[in-house]
Amino acid sequence: MTARAPAPHPVITFIVRRLIATVFLLIVVSMITFAIFFLLPRLAGQTTRGLASQYIGRNPTPAAVHAIEQQLGLDAPLPVQYGRFLRGIVLGEHFNAGTSKAYCPPPCFGYSFKNQQPVWPMMVSGLPVTISLAAGAAILWLVGGVAIGVISALRRGTLFDRFSMGVALAGVSLPIFFTGLIALELFSYKWPIFPNVQFVPFTQNPLLWARNLVLPWIVLAFLYAALYARLTRAGMLETMSEDYIRTARAKGLPERTVIFKHGLRAALTPIVTIFGMDIGLLLGGAILTEVTFSLHGLGLFTVEAIQNQDLPEILGVTLLAAFFIVIANLVVDVLYAVVDPRVRR
Amino acid sequence: MAAPLDVAPSGDVAPEAMLSGISAKAIEGRSLGQIAWLRLRRDKVAMAGGAVVIFLILVAIFGPFLVQNPDIYHANLINPTLSRPNGPFGGISVAHPFGVEPVTGRDVLSRIVNGARVSLLIAFLATALAVSIGVVMGIIAGYVGGWVDGVIARSMDVFLAFPLLVFAIALVGVIPSSAFGLSGNSLRIGLLVFVIGFFAWPYMGRIIRGQTLSLREREFVDAARSIGARGPYILFRELLPNLVAPILVYSTLLIPTNILFEAALSYLGVGIIPPTPSWGGMISDAVNSGFYSIDPMYMIIPGLAIFITVMAFNLFGDGLRDALDPRSSR
Repeated sequence: MTARAPAPHPVITFIVRRLIATVFLLIVVSMITFAIFFLLPRLAGQTTRGLASQYIGRNPTPAAVHAIEQQLGLDAPLPVQYGRFLRGIVLGEHFNAGTSKAYCPPPCFGYSFKNQQPVWPMMVSGLPVTISLAAGAAILWLVGGVAIGVISALRRGTLFDRFSMGVALAGVSLPIFFTGLIALELFSYKWPIFPNVQFVPFTQNPLLWARNLVLPWIVLAFLYAALYARLTRAGMLETMSEDYIRTARAKGLPERTVIFKHGLRAALTPIVTIFGMDIGLLLGGAILTEVTFSLHGLGLFTVEAIQNQDLPEILGVTLLAAFFIVIANLVVDVLYAVVDPRVRR
Repeated sequence: MAAPLDVAPSGDVAPEAMLSGISAKAIEGRSLGQIAWLRLRRDKVAMAGGAVVIFLILVAIFGPFLVQNPDIYHANLINPTLSRPNGPFGGISVAHPFGVEPVTGRDVLSRIVNGARVSLLIAFLATALAVSIGVVMGIIAGYVGGWVDGVIARSMDVFLAFPLLVFAIALVGVIPSSAFGLSGNSLRIGLLVFVIGFFAWPYMGRIIRGQTLSLREREFVDAARSIGARGPYILFRELLPNLVAPILVYSTLLIPTNILFEAALSYLGVGIIPPTPSWGGMISDAVNSGFYSIDPMYMIIPGLAIFITVMAFNLFGDGLRDALDPRSSR
C-alpha cells in the first residue's frame, strides 16, 4: 500500500469495472445475435426479399415487400443495419411500410409489422407473468433444494437421504412439460384443487395470483430443486470433512453454529453462482412452463413469435433473454464482491 | 506412459483393491482403468443404468427394422364415434404392446422406437460436437495460457450468456425450409445438432481448461519437454490421455441434457417435423389433439420413454464419475 490520494473503496472499483465489462459483453452478445439472425439465413440461401416478407403480413404484395426491404435497409451491409438497430434502441425509429406509417419510441427493439405494434411494449406486457412465475419458483427451489441437500448430507445414508436423492434424480430426469401436463391433469381437472390456471395480476388479487401460480411454480421449481439438492448435498459433504470444521468442533462450538456458520456458508458459495446463471437462463424453463399452462408471458410470446415467423419479435426477445443473463451474472458478481473480500481484485 | 490419472493417492487404491479379495500379485498389474472398471462393476445402480443405455442404443440402431411402419393408420382399432382406441389403456394388445394413437390408430411402440433413433442420434451428434470443440478449446486455453487463454475464456463467457433454448427455437424460425443442400428433417437434425453443440461446448471447455491448468504443472509434462517434446505432442499425447476420464464423464452427463433439449424443441414444434416420430412431438400431439385427458397413455408412454432414457444416462454418468474420481463420491 502506497500513501497515495485516498483510493475509492475496493468494492466500488470492482463494481465499476464489472459494469464496464458488462456493457462490453452486452454489445458483443447483441452483435453476435444480430449477425446470426441476419447472416445465417443469408448463408442458408434466404434472400433479402424473403427476409422482408417475414417482416410483413401473410400474403404481402411485391410492392409492399420491396418497400419494407428499402425501408429497413435489409440490403445494406450488416454493420450499418446493426448501427441502425442500436440507434433505434436509444432514439426510437420511424417506420414507413408502404401504406402504414409507424413510430417506434425508444427503447425500440424493432417493430412487428404483422402485429402492427412495436416489439418492446409487447414484451413488457408479458414480463409480469414471467417475473411472477420465475420469482415464486426461484424462492421455492432455492429454499427447498438447499434444505433437502443439507439434511441429506447431515443424515447421509439414512432413509431420508436415499429417498430424497432418488426423488431428486428423478426430478432432473423429467421434462418440465411432462410433469406440468401430469400436474395439470391431476390437480386441475381430475381433483380440481387448482382449477383454471391463469394469470391474475398481483395488484388485482394477490390471493388468486398465488393460488393460480402454485402449480406452475411447483412444476418449474421441482426440476431446479432436484438439481440444487444434489449440488448442496455434494458441497456439504465436501465442506463438512474439511479440517476447519474439525477445528470448529474441537474448540467447542455448538453443532448448529458449525453446520450453519462454517459448513453451509462455504457450501453455498458455488450455489450462489449457479443460482445467478439459472435465474438468467430461466426464460428457457419459463417457455416450457408457460406453454404447458397457457400463461401469457414472455415465454409464450416467444413461441408465438416463432409460429408467426415474426422476425422483429424473435430478434427482440432473444436479445432481451441474453440481456437477462448478462445482468444476472453482473448482480451475482457484485453480490460476491460484497460477501467475499477475496473476489475484489 | 504411466498415466498419472488424478484418481486417487496410491494408498487409497491398494486396500480397496484388496477388498475385492484378490491376491497382492494381481494388484500389481492392474491399471487405473481396470481399477475404475472394478469400482464401476460394484456399483449396481450404475451398472443397471449402463445396461438400459446399451439396450436403448441397440433399440435405436436395430429397433426400426423390427417394428412395423410407424406411419400406418389402423382405423379398425379406433372407435368410430369417440375417435379413441378400442380397449383399455390406449388399446394395448399383443399386436400393439404400447397401444395405438387416438384418431389415426398408429402403433405407439413403433413410434417410440423410431423416436428413440432420432432422439439418440441428435443427442450423440450434438454431444460429440460440443465435446470436440470444448476439448480442443479447453486444452489450448489451459496449456498455452496468456492472451490465448484470455480470448478463449472470455468467448466462453459470451457463449454462456446465450439463452440456448430461446436461441435454438428462434434460429429454427428464421432458417428457410431448405438450406445448405438439406431440407426437411435432415436440415432440422443438422440445425439442432449445430445449435446444441455450438452453444454447449463452453461447459466442457471450462472443465478441460481447469484440468489442463493443473496437469500442465506436473512432472511428467516437464519430463516430456526436457526430452525435446513439442507443443502438439505434449497436448495430444501427454495431456489428452489424462483428460479421458473427465471427457468420458461429462459426455455421458451431457447426453441426457441434450435428449431433454431435443424433446423440448419437438414439444414446442420446432424440432423434428411430423409425421416423423419424436418423443417430444408425441407429447405435443397428445396435448394439441386434446386426447391426453381421455386417453392418458397417449402422453404417458412417450413421457416415460424420455424419463427412463434420461434417468439411465444420468445414473450411468454418476456411477462413471464416482468410479473414475473417487474423491467426488465421498
